[in-house]
Amino acid sequence: MSVLIIIDQTENQIKKSSYEALTYGVSVAHQLGTNADALVLGTVKDNLSELGKYGIKKVYTISNTILNIVDAQVYAAAIATATTETGANILIFSHNQTGKAVAARVSARLQAGIVTGACSLPDTTNGFVVKKTVFSGKAFANVSINTPIKIIAINPNSFHTSFKEGIADVSELNITVASPKIKVIEVNKISGEVPLTEADIVVSGGRGLKGPENWGILLDLAKELGAATACSRPVGDAHWRPHHEHVGQTGVQIAPNLYIAIGISGAIQHLAGVNRSKVIVVINKDPEAPFFKAADYGIVGDAFEIVPQLTEAIRKINTNA
Amino acid sequence: MKILVCISKAPDTTAKISFKDSNTKFEEAGVQWIINPYDEWYALVKAIELKEQDTNTTIHLITVGESDCEPIIRKALALGGDEAIRINVDSNDSYYIAAQISEVAKNGNYDLVLTGKETIDYNSSSIGGMLAELLDMPYISLATRVEVEGNTAKVSREIDGGEETAEVKLPLVVSCQKGVAEQRIPNMRGIMAARTKPLKVSEPITVTALTSIVNFDLPPAKANVKLVAADNVAELARLLHEEAKVF
Ligand SMILES: Cc1cc2nc3c(=O)[nH]c(=O)nc-3n(C[C@H](O)[C@H](O)[C@H](O)COP(=O)(O)OP(=O)(O)OC[C@H]3O[C@@H](n4cnc5c(N)ncnc54)[C@H](O)[C@@H]3O)c2cc1C
Repeated sequence: MSVLIIIDQTENQIKKSSYEALTYGVSVAHQLGTNADALVLGTVKDNLSELGKYGIKKVYTISNTILNIVDAQVYAAAIATATTETGANILIFSHNQTGKAVAARVSARLQAGIVTGACSLPDTTNGFVVKKTVFSGKAFANVSINTPIKIIAINPNSFHTSFKEGIADVSELNITVASPKIKVIEVNKISGEVPLTEADIVVSGGRGLKGPENWGILLDLAKELGAATACSRPVGDAHWRPHHEHVGQTGVQIAPNLYIAIGISGAIQHLAGVNRSKVIVVINKDPEAPFFKAADYGIVGDAFEIVPQLTEAIRKINTNA
Repeated sequence: MKILVCISKAPDTTAKISFKDSNTKFEEAGVQWIINPYDEWYALVKAIELKEQDTNTTIHLITVGESDCEPIIRKALALGGDEAIRINVDSNDSYYIAAQISEVAKNGNYDLVLTGKETIDYNSSSIGGMLAELLDMPYISLATRVEVEGNTAKVSREIDGGEETAEVKLPLVVSCQKGVAEQRIPNMRGIMAARTKPLKVSEPITVTALTSIVNFDLPPAKANVKLVAADNVAELARLLHEEAKVF
C-alpha cells in the first residue's frame, strides 16, 4: 500500500502543478500512515533526489524519451504497469492538460475509481470520500471512491506546495514503453507568457475595453504583476484576444490567488470559470455590474483612467520593496 | 467515414444550482436542459463539418440518460447527425457511462469518436479517456482543431502554455473544445428532418460503478466587496499588497 504521485513535465522540467500534487500526495500518505512515492515519466533535468524535500521516499523513473511527449495511450499503459510494480493503491495526478489526457484512461485500465477536479484531502472517516468542484465551480460534490485502487486528480492552484528537508531514493523502473500512435508535427508555445492555469495572478479584460487596440493598459498591469492575461468570451469570439485566453464556464477555468477583472460585467458563465480565485478585484464603470457581488475589492470607474494609475501604484510598491 | 458523437444533457448555464433530499440530489425542478455546450458547439458541429466535406460520412449520436434526454437528442439530430442511440439509464459515474458507450461503439466500426472536453455539470473530463481505453484507441484530449484526410487525423490540442499538433491514424477518440468548430443554430429543415430520424433506445449492460456521490455542498457566501474610491487608486494597490498580500 502506498501513494504514487505522477509527475508531469514540460520541456524536461517538472511542472508547478506537479509540485502541488507532490505536496497533496504526501499529505494523503500521512493521513493513511503510508509512504508517498513519485513517478517521473520521460527525461527531466531536475535533481530528482531533491523531491525528498517534499516528503517523498522514493522516486521511480521511466526515463524513456518517448514519454517526453504525452500520448495518452502510451502513458496510461506505463502508469498502470508502474502502479502494479510499485504496489501503489492511490494515484495522484494534477488535473492539468496531461492529467485530463491520461488519468481517466488509467482509471478504466485499472478499474480504479477516479475523482477529477479534487479540491480537498480525502475524508476517510467513513470510506474514502473526496470533494471536487462541480457545476463549473458553483458547487462541490463529495464523491466516494469504491474500488481498491483510487485515483485523485487535483485542481491546479488549489493546494500550496510545502517542503522541508529530505532526500529521496531514485530508481529506474524497467517498464517497456509502447511506441506512440500519435506523431507530433508541431508545437507552438506562447513563449514569455505565464500559462493561464498555473498563474498566481491573472489580469482579465472584457468588452468594456472597447477594442484590441486598447489592451496595452491591461498588458502593462499584467507585466508589472508578473501576471497571465485572460479575457471574457465575447472578447475571444471577436478575436480581440487569442481564444485560449477565454475564461469561464465554456473556456478555461482558473483559480489564481488574484484575479483582476477589467470591463467585464460578471455574467454567471464568466463567474463560473473564475470564482475559485482567492481574491477578486473588479474595475467597472457600472456600479450595478453583477461582478461586484462576487468581488473582494472593487473600483467603480473608467478602466482607461483607473488601470494605468493602478499599474503605477503597484510599480511604486514593487520598487520600494 | 463513420463518426460517433457523445452527447450529454446539462443544466442551462444560467440555471440556479441547488440540491434536495439532504443535499444528496441536484434539484432539477425549474431547470432548463441544454445539450452540453462542448458536445454541441464543438464535437457535433465538427462531425457535421466533416460530413459536409465528405458526404460519405455517417454520424451517429449517443447519449446515456433517461427519457428526459429526448428533447436534447432531438435537438442534436436537428443540427445534424443521421441517427441517435439512447442508453436508458441515469448515472453520475464516468466509468459506468463510458462502459455503456463503449459497448455500442465497439460493434459500430467508428473511425472517429468525438466528445466535449467536459460536461458543465460534473466537469469530470473523463468519458473520452475512459472510452479510448476501453476501445483501445489513441486519445487526444482538449482538441482545438480537428481535420481528417483519408485515414489520418490532424489534431491540435491544448498543452501547458501552448498548442501541439499531431497526426494520428484513425480510429481515434477526441475530446473537443473551443477552436474545433463554431456554434450553429438548427434551421427549420433540420428540425423537421429530426422528427423522422431514427432514435433507438437500448437498455444498459451490467457495469459496476467505481464511484458514487455522497452529497453536495454550496460554496460559502462571499463577504461584501470592499469598494475603493476612483480617485484613490493607490489605496487599492496598498490593500492588495498589505491586506490581501497577493503581490
Ligand atoms: C452557454 C453560454 C456560455 C457562456 N460561456 C461564457 C464563458 O465561458 N465566459 C464568458 O466570459 N462568457 C460566457 N458567456 C457569455 C456571458 O453570458 C456574457 O455575455 C459575457 O461574459 C459578457 O462579456 P463581457 O463582460 O466582456 O461583456 P459585457 O457583458 O458587454 O460587459 C462589459 C462591461 O464593461 C463595462 N464597461 C464598459 N466600459 C467601461 C469602461 N470604460 N471602464 C470600465 N468598465 C467598462 C460595462 O459596465 C460592462 O459591465 C456564455 C454565454 C452562454 C449563453
